[in-house]
Amino acid sequence: MADRVAWLAGLVLLALVMVPVVLMVTALWQQSADVLSAGFLLEDPGRAGRSGGIAALLISTAWILGLCLMVAVPLGLGCALYLSESLPADSRRAQWLGGVLDMLAAVPSIVYGLFGYQFFAITLGLGFSILSGALALSLMVLPLMIRSAEQAMRAVPMGYRQARDALALSRWGWVRRILLPCAAPGIAVGIILSAGRALAETAVLLFTAGYVLRRPDSLFDSGRTLSVHIYDLAMNVPGGMPRAAATAVVLVGLLVILNLLVRRVLRQPMTEALV
Amino acid sequence: MSEQQTHRAPSLVLESVSVSYGEQVAISDASLQVQPGELMALVGPSGCGKSSLLATINRMSDGVSGCRVGGKIWLDDEDIRQRGDLVALRRQVGMVFQQPNPFPLSIIDNLLFPLAEHRVPRSQRRARAEQALRDVGLWEEVKGRLSQPALGLSGGQQQRLCIARTLVLEPQVLLLDEPCSALDPVSSRVVEALIRSLKRRYTILMVTHNLAQARRLADSVTVCWLEGQCGCVVESNGCEQVFENPAHPITAAYCAGEAG
Repeated sequence: MADRVAWLAGLVLLALVMVPVVLMVTALWQQSADVLSAGFLLEDPGRAGRSGGIAALLISTAWILGLCLMVAVPLGLGCALYLSESLPADSRRAQWLGGVLDMLAAVPSIVYGLFGYQFFAITLGLGFSILSGALALSLMVLPLMIRSAEQAMRAVPMGYRQARDALALSRWGWVRRILLPCAAPGIAVGIILSAGRALAETAVLLFTAGYVLRRPDSLFDSGRTLSVHIYDLAMNVPGGMPRAAATAVVLVGLLVILNLLVRRVLRQPMTEALV
Repeated sequence: MSEQQTHRAPSLVLESVSVSYGEQVAISDASLQVQPGELMALVGPSGCGKSSLLATINRMSDGVSGCRVGGKIWLDDEDIRQRGDLVALRRQVGMVFQQPNPFPLSIIDNLLFPLAEHRVPRSQRRARAEQALRDVGLWEEVKGRLSQPALGLSGGQQQRLCIARTLVLEPQVLLLDEPCSALDPVSSRVVEALIRSLKRRYTILMVTHNLAQARRLADSVTVCWLEGQCGCVVESNGCEQVFENPAHPITAAYCAGEAG
């Protein structure tokens, strides 16, 4: 009886979570039905986004997201390796560093935007550019990336660590053959969350990457991402709502694809034969 | 196993070894002597420092924060506590744990990985891995599925694979920390038979809670006890002596099931 009640309660909770998601996607789909087409993905925007598609924005978004992850993932994994492999979880330094990371993860994105503008755009002279935006975004997602990867690495069974020590395996061999493959699902979650947060971000990018609508020619050009475009169309462009909704549908679709892709890549056997 | 390896098994002597974690002394003044090729069982109630003592011999205790070790540990005539090369020490002194802990790799890679890590020439790795699997009696059971995940094996097979993984590095001393306690009775019997077959070729120190097992397998037995909050060795003697004619009243009570 208790099992059945728990099962039903779970079902109700699941429905409560799913209903807003379904409503949101349905509303976006209805608003964007007249706009969504292959041409919307392939054409550049015109008239401040009132016409055309989002091709230039897809390119800017891909550049910024790709660059952001290229910086945040290796740096995040390196920091997570240091935390999980060199500091016991209950050590004062680990707890202090963990606290700092949690605090940094909770800092509002606008603060990263202001810092990114001051440091990357002004001090380093990168200006409003894809590079400034990507670097500021990577700073923002780094704490999330580090904490996710660290938790995944710490969750690797103690028995494997005992075997590593008893067999006197090298640090690098252990990390490459055992630790990273074991922690891969958790790392994937970290990458997905980081990418999701980066894709959804507007405040940081308004201050660093700018919101120029044209296709970027280099990393030093300003560029507008999908989420900045949604914000701009919805808030600043009269009649921009259908195209904002269509862009949002594309953004959600990209997040789903990214999610599936990362999971698929990290599910591959990562242990190559030694013979 | 070659005759050469029989002669390589060294003697193991612990002289007044103590282990403490911060202010807490786990075991103090522990002395024992294992002859070359002998199997000594380390028995006693939980918490009396048996596993802590075992971990000092391959210096696994070095990695435990706050752990301090005193006394001397001799392998033949060398005090291992003065050794600088931990990698060589851990190749010489292999260790098997209570819970089978094969790596999440294929069966064969569990053996090839340590060999590659220790820079054994590629041309020798396969043969050594096969020999280790034969030594633990696993070869016939797994030869057709070497590339399948080791975690798909049964508990007993996993433990034998872990022993093979230790043997593949050709150690001279084996430390076995309750190697059968997590296994079902059938698997336990198989692993026990394996351990018996390893006697004489390796000097073996085995922690066990199972007195009947100690009696079946061991040449000598060391009884540890808890006095106050601190572990100690109350008796270390030949197996028959300990079980038939114990020198210490605690040993007599423990072996009779009246204490511990």
